[in-house]
Amino acid sequence: MDTVVLARALFGSSMAFHIIFATLGVGVPFMVVFAEVLYQITKNNHYAILAKRWTKGFAIILGVAIPSGTLVGVMLSLLFPGFMEIVGQVIALPFQVEIWAFLLEALFMSIYVYAADRLSPTMRIISVFFVALGASASAVLITDAHAWMNTPRGFDLVDDQVVNVDPIAAILSPSFFTTSSHVLLSAYMTGSFVIVSLAAYKLLKRGKTKEERDYHYRSLKLGLMLGGIFSLLTAVNGHATAQMLHAYNPEKLAAAEGLFETTSHAPLAVFGIVDPVAQEIRGGIEIPWALSFLAGNSFDTVVRGLNEWPEELWPPLYIHTLFNLMVVIGMVLIGLSFGALAWRYILRKELPRWFLRILVCSGALSLIGIETGWIFSCSGRQPWTIYRMQLTSEAATKTNNLGFLFVLFITIYAVLLVLTAFVLRLYFKRHPVAKDLTTTRMDILEQDGVETNG
Amino acid sequence: MDDPTIAILLVWALLFVYSILGSIDFGAGFWGMLLGRGEASNAGALANRFLSPTWEVTNTFLVLVVVALVGFFPFAVSILGTALLLPVGLVLFLLLIRSSFMVYAYSARKYGRLLSIVSGATGLLIPGLLISVLPISLGGFIDLEGGVPKLYFGRLLASPTLWAHLGFGLSSELFLSSLFLADYSRESRDTSAYLLYRKIALWLGPFTLFFAVVATYTMVPNARWIVTGIETNLAWFIFSIVAFIIGYCTLLWANTDGRSGLPRVAFTAIIVQYALASIGYGLAHLPYLIHPYLTIQEGFTNPNQFQALLIAYAAGILILGPAFYYFWKLFLKDKRYLRHE
Repeated sequence: MDTVVLARALFGSSMAFHIIFATLGVGVPFMVVFAEVLYQITKNNHYAILAKRWTKGFAIILGVAIPSGTLVGVMLSLLFPGFMEIVGQVIALPFQVEIWAFLLEALFMSIYVYAADRLSPTMRIISVFFVALGASASAVLITDAHAWMNTPRGFDLVDDQVVNVDPIAAILSPSFFTTSSHVLLSAYMTGSFVIVSLAAYKLLKRGKTKEERDYHYRSLKLGLMLGGIFSLLTAVNGHATAQMLHAYNPEKLAAAEGLFETTSHAPLAVFGIVDPVAQEIRGGIEIPWALSFLAGNSFDTVVRGLNEWPEELWPPLYIHTLFNLMVVIGMVLIGLSFGALAWRYILRKELPRWFLRILVCSGALSLIGIETGWIFSCSGRQPWTIYRMQLTSEAATKTNNLGFLFVLFITIYAVLLVLTAFVLRLYFKRHPVAKDLTTTRMDILEQDGVETNG
Repeated sequence: MDDPTIAILLVWALLFVYSILGSIDFGAGFWGMLLGRGEASNAGALANRFLSPTWEVTNTFLVLVVVALVGFFPFAVSILGTALLLPVGLVLFLLLIRSSFMVYAYSARKYGRLLSIVSGATGLLIPGLLISVLPISLGGFIDLEGGVPKLYFGRLLASPTLWAHLGFGLSSELFLSSLFLADYSRESRDTSAYLLYRKIALWLGPFTLFFAVVATYTMVPNARWIVTGIETNLAWFIFSIVAFIIGYCTLLWANTDGRSGLPRVAFTAIIVQYALASIGYGLAHLPYLIHPYLTIQEGFTNPNQFQALLIAYAAGILILGPAFYYFWKLFLKDKRYLRHE
């Protein structure tokens, strides 16, 4: 493999690894805020226990999220020095401010976890609110840099030199608001569905006491409600994102939909494989006129096809599949959450075991949706690193010994994925919820302070 | 002062803060592992108690240094990023293992011992590797071949100055962390832990000075310019040694009531010692970022970006200042946390 491909592979796998933990790191504290607030309103002990247990899981996840975030941040400079040279001159600000958000999260995370027994209820909520705020702000700021790569603004390139820098214009690039809300909403959605998965899994186990089942149902309900709301919002916002592609990254939309000829009344293709030789989609389902409507809210919107650009500037055509997976997963999740809520709270019936089994998968599905979405967005920008400004081949490192690092990092990612799952499982096995349900609120806090304390 | 000088001052200050925080952090991880559980002394548990709430914050400073460098000196990144791929790549690899295993160790008690050994040992190596950036930036190990920087890793490994730098990084890490933990133990009123850390610090102190001198006088021929620079800025280093002597003596100090040493004074003096030496070293290093390829003027960003970054820094300090104060009060000052009441 040549160096550019290897650099992309190494950075791509690092991001794919980090994004799992980063997304949960945004989604889970958001859920904890809800549990804490609900506890203060209802005074129901279950919410306090939920907050405590989610926080513990979150703390373990942060143990990987923080160093892996450090890793991708620094690796960017190592693997794409040409890119970072422009980043530093044009869009350094969100990276810098992201550190403040990161610090805010880290400071209040420690305060929330390790000073739990010394905080007043108000201070507890404020602390966990700042944790969630810091995490969400980090996500928005980093996505800002990503949005700028897709729709670069705030500078000109003259003879390979960066001139006329306007940092504010770079920050407020056209895709900033849609893209960052997409990332944020989908992270909240993922946090919710991970909770749904865990609760559904526990409810499938037989021989639980009534109290335990109540507890898990409470968690399931909270997850389903938030999951339903956020999957719906993600979809609405996804529509805006597609229109943004139509306006600013037409090649990406054309490749995502396998559209070769520019046309009005363009069809939307679901699944199938894009065949560049025959210039069509093989084996997919076509919904007539739908793409035009999606792109511009009217059937006679003209959507530009791939043939408008030279072939070497086409994004890879496999992004069609990634795009489909992301969208279909999003739709399935909306259906699942509203279906389950209607079943239980409108029809007032127990959720059958087969339904619970499907719900167990919702967390993993969410994460797959996140992964495919990121890979779609980044691969779909190729061959550019900064859209129509810098090719990836210009951005990547010229060093040759990447193979060794690639093997090293892939190995450690695999090991850490397995170990994290193992540690989470071990911890919650040794601290079953049944034990928490029999202790009082103050004891819960005290255990928290001591247990994590070496 | 011109803009690039202000910028390098800021980056240098952040680097200094991280090198102190990082040394204490990784060092505390090592002591926590070595003096572990089930010993007569509480010293290991104390190190862990300090570490649990602080490691995330310390880690953030590492990213801060890199981001500040990218923002203020984007042209340095394209050279450094390429040249440092291997050493910094290894640091990242170790850092990932170190932090995740530390958190695993807290959560999976059954395997706690094994996990904390992995975490403590990997953490021990990180500051040493990080400090290898210094000799690389001095020249003699990088070549620009057709504009592409190339690091001679073999030549670097074979050079005595690298090993002297590693020795300095390692001994400083262990010295600073033991001194800090001595003060922390005193604050926690744990006499046996205090005496243990004080003894360790007394042993290690002279080694840091020894390695600092050896590192300076083993510089490769291409880096002789820095030795000349150090000699012209000698005053800073003399004051630095004076600060060391003050710090060391206050640690030895025996009170009439049998309580020996003034760890708070000693720690402060040693920080002053490192600060003075850093200023002297930084002055000697100027105007080069990477000798002889890049000066701070050549590496500097545009004025618009510079202004925007300064505003971001001002805003950041305003927002985070109170948060840091609250954090410090809860974990480094509150008797209930320190004494585990």
